[in-house]
Amino acid sequence: MSIVIIGTFGAMMIGAAIFALYSQNILSAIISSGVISLLASIIYILLAAPDVAMTEAAIGSGLTTVVFLLALRRIQVIQAEKGGAAKAGKSASGLGYGLGSGDGSAEEAIDD
Amino acid sequence: MIKKFFTIITVLLFALMVLPLLRQIVPFEELAPVAVAYAEQGPDQLGAANLVTSVIVTYRGLDTLGEVTVLFIATAGVGFLLRRDEEDQLPGEKNTGESTFETAGESALHSPREASELLGSGSMLLFPLLMLFGVYIFMHGHLTPGGGFQGGVVIASSMLLLMLARVSFHLNHLIISLVESLSGFFYVAIGVLGLVLAAGFLDNRILPLGEFGTLFSAGAIPIIYSLVGLKVGTELTNVLGTMRLTRAQQEEDV
Repeated sequence: MSIVIIGTFGAMMIGAAIFALYSQNILSAIISSGVISLLASIIYILLAAPDVAMTEAAIGSGLTTVVFLLALRRIQVIQAEKGGAAKAGKSASGLGYGLGSGDGSAEEAIDD
Repeated sequence: MIKKFFTIITVLLFALMVLPLLRQIVPFEELAPVAVAYAEQGPDQLGAANLVTSVIVTYRGLDTLGEVTVLFIATAGVGFLLRRDEEDQLPGEKNTGESTFETAGESALHSPREASELLGSGSMLLFPLLMLFGVYIFMHGHLTPGGGFQGGVVIASSMLLLMLARVSFHLNHLIISLVESLSGFFYVAIGVLGLVLAAGFLDNRILPLGEFGTLFSAGAIPIIYSLVGLKVGTELTNVLGTMRLTRAQQEEDV
């Protein structure tokens, strides 16, 4: 019986993983990857490993999801500011997006 | 298209490579000799009711120290990268994206809008309970499931609630770094103490084992796990605080 439940949760995990990969909406991809960890923690409880289940639920589905969401918000802020700079007539040239855009000022310096 | 084809071929080849291993898997009928030794001697030797904790903190204590170190390096990396990002961009932003930036700076008091009544009150209600729960988890790591890492994450999530509820809330980085480095220092110091007073590095028997199953038992395990909990909690709080800072708030700081 328990093997059936574990198999069902495992199949749901695979489904959530595929959804996270192919979802166009980053927000739902992040939530879906949190769901993977939540299902994994349920499986750990069924396998009588409460310590690991707690870690998985707290870190995997809690903290990691929050960190991803914060990173997403930062990226959106950076993109909005780059868009604003381009509108202001500056040659932001839309090169590096993402978190590693600390070199944005260097690019602009070269452009100038 | 052709790239996708090659990807599928590669995955199939990997599957073919691992397939023979699948036939060798036999369900474990009995525990490995080391596991048997831990399970039989653990409670008597170390006095911890939660066998998992006695393995994590004492028998495999060095691995846990490694994990804590990995987390520390990751936290330091996040702090370093994001901090530099802000400082590099701020001067450049000031003379380029003036229009967007100024509005953000002007309305900094209102701009990241205040949390709603529901979120604010709920977080204020939950914050002390969550903090207490985190402390409970890592102090009772030798009795119940959980321990330093789990308790630390719960503490960090309670701090996250505080950050969500109060936009103007700022972490006191002095206290955070003080707690973080002191708990790390004492963790290693207790480990070395075990080397001197007991059988080896991170041995918990530097303190009396006490009565099995009570809070003050299992030697140094509760102390070590409390230190790990404080360290993990402050580190993760710091990560969340570093990632939370927006430009407007950064501007407000300066």
